[in-house]
Amino acid sequence: MEEATLSFKARAERALADPTLKIAIDRTTGTAERKRAVAMSQFPQFEAARERGKRIKDHVIANLDHYLLEFERNAIASGAKVYWAATAEEASQIVVRLCKEAGAKRVTRVKSMLGEEIGLPHALDEAGIERVETDLAEHIVQLGGDRPSHIVWPSMHRTREQVSEMFKRLHRAPHQEETIEAMVDSARRELRDKFLSADVAISGANFLLADTGATCTVTNEGNAELTTTPPRVHIVTAGIEKLVPSMGHAIAMLRLLVRSATGADVTQYTTFHCGPKQAGDRDGPEEFHIVLVDNGRSRMLREGMKEMLRCIRCGACMNHCVVFRQLGGHVYGGTYPGPMGAVLTPVFDGLEKSRDLPHACTMNGKCQEVCPVAIPLPTLLRGWRDRSWREGLEPAVVRFGLGIHTFVASHPRLYRLGTAIAVRVMRLFSRGGLVRGMPGLGAWTAYREFPAPAKRTFMEMVKDQENTR
Amino acid sequence: MNAPPSVSRSDSRPVSPRVALFATCLVDAMRPSVGFAALKLLRDAGCRVEVPQAQTCCGQPAFNSGDTAHAATLARHFIETFEGYDYVVAPSGSCIGMTKVHYAEALADDPAWAERARRLGERSFELMSFLVDVMGYAPADVKLDTSFTYHDSCSGLRELGVHDQPRALLGQVAGLTLKPLEGNDVCCGFGGTFCVKYAAISNAVVGEKAEAIERSGAQLLLGGDLGCLMNMAGKLKRKGSNVRAFHAAEVLAGMGGGPAIGEEG
Repeated sequence: MEEATLSFKARAERALADPTLKIAIDRTTGTAERKRAVAMSQFPQFEAARERGKRIKDHVIANLDHYLLEFERNAIASGAKVYWAATAEEASQIVVRLCKEAGAKRVTRVKSMLGEEIGLPHALDEAGIERVETDLAEHIVQLGGDRPSHIVWPSMHRTREQVSEMFKRLHRAPHQEETIEAMVDSARRELRDKFLSADVAISGANFLLADTGATCTVTNEGNAELTTTPPRVHIVTAGIEKLVPSMGHAIAMLRLLVRSATGADVTQYTTFHCGPKQAGDRDGPEEFHIVLVDNGRSRMLREGMKEMLRCIRCGACMNHCVVFRQLGGHVYGGTYPGPMGAVLTPVFDGLEKSRDLPHACTMNGKCQEVCPVAIPLPTLLRGWRDRSWREGLEPAVVRFGLGIHTFVASHPRLYRLGTAIAVRVMRLFSRGGLVRGMPGLGAWTAYREFPAPAKRTFMEMVKDQENTR
Repeated sequence: MNAPPSVSRSDSRPVSPRVALFATCLVDAMRPSVGFAALKLLRDAGCRVEVPQAQTCCGQPAFNSGDTAHAATLARHFIETFEGYDYVVAPSGSCIGMTKVHYAEALADDPAWAERARRLGERSFELMSFLVDVMGYAPADVKLDTSFTYHDSCSGLRELGVHDQPRALLGQVAGLTLKPLEGNDVCCGFGGTFCVKYAAISNAVVGEKAEAIERSGAQLLLGGDLGCLMNMAGKLKRKGSNVRAFHAAEVLAGMGGGPAIGEEG
């Protein structure tokens, strides 16, 4: 894809020059922000719930080996088959192999960011297996041939007007009326028979319940039930950090997740799956497979990023991020955008390829403030900057400049002299209260005025006053 | 090392505490009037104020660039310069956020220095919060017939809890009315070196901020951090806006009639 070859800054400038994208971003994130604010105003125990959620996740992460084995044991006892994947490739290969073993021609998929992370859509397409995305937004992404731009609203980057045009062009029996209901009906007509004729269903999981071996998936469209019920085989892919000890813990996390993501008290559909169809069950899959994916998670645990494993993928950080709200998700270049994506993408893609992400942040702290599990996102982003510095990935001019600055700032008299000279040089370029056309200030003055300094520095004037006293 | 401080934070308000003013690099170089305003307010509040000549930079640019070693060097210099005073006060939430919250991280490999950073952090304050929370100060006889809107700079707001204090102080200025700013707690896009490293993104963010400031209908934009104020004032100027920007300390010190940020002095 052309986009992947462009630099972060080039992608950013392209996004900034797209007024329709900005409308689409503002509609989705603006609504999400407002709804979350209302939900929070009606959730006075939020701080206590957040602290509890944080402690649940921290406890599980500190005892990950215990809960993973407990989950595996109980899942197997329920009749599920459990697979362990160390990498994204391994995970998608396992899923493709299971699909082939099931003789699958058509698979239906419930939206799962982990599926995107392990490259599953691409792997299924490569294997010649027809992939049907059943989440409405993922269906839009699939029709458009692009990638999700938000972890909760994958087609955030398209306005409803653009979606209407696309449905009319690509659906078999498109809508006539320009209403959202008519467009949803158009998608329903397009997808309904595919739901019923699929051989394999693939879903993710919002939570893995260790004490029962069950998986939990939340949707607002009911597509998880409809996707996973008719096919003979159901495959779940989930990151190992999705574990919680029990149903009660999952519910505690759900209260945080849903309010933070959409502002609702609870999702329209909360689905639990536990093993394949049992004797006496009226429906359910004959085979139930669970693929547990590491893909860098245990490395994050070892390398000082364990707080990030608390993430429950609500998207609140990106909805409240000033940078994301200008750029949208595609500019980030990875599976996950926004602040949480800027922390995660260097784990998956390597820091060298994604060095810009932790740097393109004002460190304003809003993401941490709204995070339902209080992840210190700015601290983790700074951790990547620190590492980037230590690994020599920062530009030589920045390294040199900060070296000089530190030397001068450690020698007060030199610093006083340097500041006094700098002010006088700036004054040479100043007129009408603004610095104009001064070399080195172009990045600032391309977009805004640079206020002129006073004639002398504060420290010079203070010293004079003290001397004359 | 300097003599140990004469009071600790847990004491009740000290009579005439010895306060070191950390002007910050931006105020020093760009807008000395903010430093003089801070001096006046601290003296009016009953402090004995000194301006240590050894002060330089808090090290935040290095720290946020990932250059932790250089940040630690400047943190040590800052601690040596200021730890002999009862308090260190700066007209910036960003710089005090660095010295109070992040020095311990920058010096994490050096427990003795990290402890000194922690102790100094307990006595370090952003100007508005120091005047209100520590000194119980309220300005008297300041008058300015105009309206203002207030931008809460992120470090002060989220790292130090500075929100009510500037509003309480500005509420004492006769004739001055607050016009609320939509998104008052949303970042202005300055972000230190971010604003030049990612200038186009920064511009988009400050562009929205400037629109919100104009929609407030206020005559003045006030705030507590010069970096953010220069960013917003610079954008407002470029847009041809008539909104004038000042540091809140300048207005409180009765200097609101002087040239605003970006006006001929």
